[in-house]
Amino acid sequence: MSGGTTYAVRLGLRRGWTEFTQSLRSPQDQAFYLFTGVATLAYLWFNRADEVEGTSLLYPTVALPGILAALVAFNVVMGPASALVMEREDGTLLRHRALPHGMEGYVTGQVLYHSLGLLPTLVVILVPSALLFEGVVPGGAAGWLTAAWVLVLGMAATMPLGMMLGAVLPSVQKLSTWGMVPALLVTAISGIFFPVQALWGWVQAVAQAFPVYWVGLGMRSAFLPDAAAAVELGGSWRTGTTVLVLVAWAVAGLLAAPVVLRRTTRRQSGSQVAAARDTAGQWIT
Amino acid sequence: MTGDVSEQPVVRVRGLRMSYGTHEVLTGVDLDVHPGEVVCLLGPNGAGKSTTIEVLEGFRLPSAGEVSVLGVDPSRADDAWRARVGVVLQSWRDHPRWTPRRLLTHLGGFYRPYSTPERPRPDDVDRLLHTVGLTDDADRKIATLSGGRRRRLDVAVGIVGRPELLFLDEPTAGFDPEARRDFHDLVHRLSDLEGTSVLLTTHDLGEAERLADRILVLAGGRIVADGSADALNRQVAANSEVRWTRHGERFVHATDQPTPFVRRLFEQYGDEVADLEVRRASLEDTYLAMVARHESGARPQPVEVAR
Repeated sequence: MSGGTTYAVRLGLRRGWTEFTQSLRSPQDQAFYLFTGVATLAYLWFNRADEVEGTSLLYPTVALPGILAALVAFNVVMGPASALVMEREDGTLLRHRALPHGMEGYVTGQVLYHSLGLLPTLVVILVPSALLFEGVVPGGAAGWLTAAWVLVLGMAATMPLGMMLGAVLPSVQKLSTWGMVPALLVTAISGIFFPVQALWGWVQAVAQAFPVYWVGLGMRSAFLPDAAAAVELGGSWRTGTTVLVLVAWAVAGLLAAPVVLRRTTRRQSGSQVAAARDTAGQWIT
Repeated sequence: MTGDVSEQPVVRVRGLRMSYGTHEVLTGVDLDVHPGEVVCLLGPNGAGKSTTIEVLEGFRLPSAGEVSVLGVDPSRADDAWRARVGVVLQSWRDHPRWTPRRLLTHLGGFYRPYSTPERPRPDDVDRLLHTVGLTDDADRKIATLSGGRRRRLDVAVGIVGRPELLFLDEPTAGFDPEARRDFHDLVHRLSDLEGTSVLLTTHDLGEAERLADRILVLAGGRIVADGSADALNRQVAANSEVRWTRHGERFVHATDQPTPFVRRLFEQYGDEVADLEVRRASLEDTYLAMVARHESGARPQPVEVAR
């Protein structure tokens, strides 16, 4: 790494931190965090007395790890994707293109910002859940350790997808069609709101091709007692497979994302930003 | 020898062509910018000013032609080259939660590894804020700045790395007269005190006249005139209109020699000549005529104007 790159990465880390603290102070983002927390807790609260079939576990205990997984995957994909599409259009990306080693700084900042951005969500869900529901947090240091590595691997597996999505989507208006809908579909079949075992075989196969299912499984292995593994596919937590699948997604993503990002960056120019501004103007009026 | 070095242009373009599909925007642009010079690229909307400047900034690949900026082909330039070139971009809603001070400090940081004893980089942020007149807004959120204030910030971002060469695309669009004057002072200061070479685009003739050491007129995909505002003006003087009446009848005569014409007019008719009016075509008239001629594709030959 050249001196310029090292320097840019340091600036990028500072950028990510600055954006994170700005987000914490922003009423808009505070409202979003609060909404995520309240909605999740309300959902769990209404189902708090249901016992999950075939186990002696209550619904919140089983659902919470899956919800965390979905939020991780969803935030880490949609967060960078929408940020990148917006910042391509508003000129943030172009500003960095005009700087020496600017893109390295920008991408570093994005990675740190969206990673840190998970913390408030985790806090607003985990802390009240621990107080409201019984037996929803992992037992012991081993459980927390598992939750931590699943979280880190899950982010590594999904964040490059978000970056690439943001790099290839043509405009902000396309974000919901090509970003939101596929992300929701994948989340829906990944065993978060109902067990994947209840779905048809081919849907199970599709779900297992995506990382969200594995983050959910890994989270359940951290949060639930070992006996609960019996109801999973194959009757086990499949920890080795979880690591393999997530690492494979992470490696593929980290190889592909820089290529895709560079292609997008090369197309950035002032007239493109101006065109986006004019289009946005038409949308507003 | 130093004289020879300064003769080396900082921007040298030969035969630059750009087409989108079958549509040719640039059909062969030749231009030079010399060290410390302020050059205005003037032309109607859609003439290809932005395309030209984006090729020079390294943001766009030309279809053909030879381009050298600070001695390097911008499409293959590295980050050290980037550090020497400033680009003023038109923003509209980026970094809404940042303050001007924080953003300038952050973006300026990228230039620090490229600081040299002769040219310490980046520029001091407080001084820069003062230079562009943003001291009072330094700690406000950028989202709350007016359009004109935001453009001042764009200019500050463009020069925070103390560039040797600065590109500005329509820099004063949306400026009020006061901001415009401040901006013109700033460009003069950059070129006089910092020795920065400046290439800017505008469709405002008055601005080109006030700012530029040299004006290039881009029309019909090529440079159709190249010279100082004075030189262009002298060329313009060649077109004057003499209007008068005689016995209540109106006459108009276009001439490139109004003085001898008027003398002969009086020699011939004496006091019969009334309501005499000699109107020298303005730079604007010539510019418009020049653009109209070249946009219609009638004359491919560039007009050479003495410097």
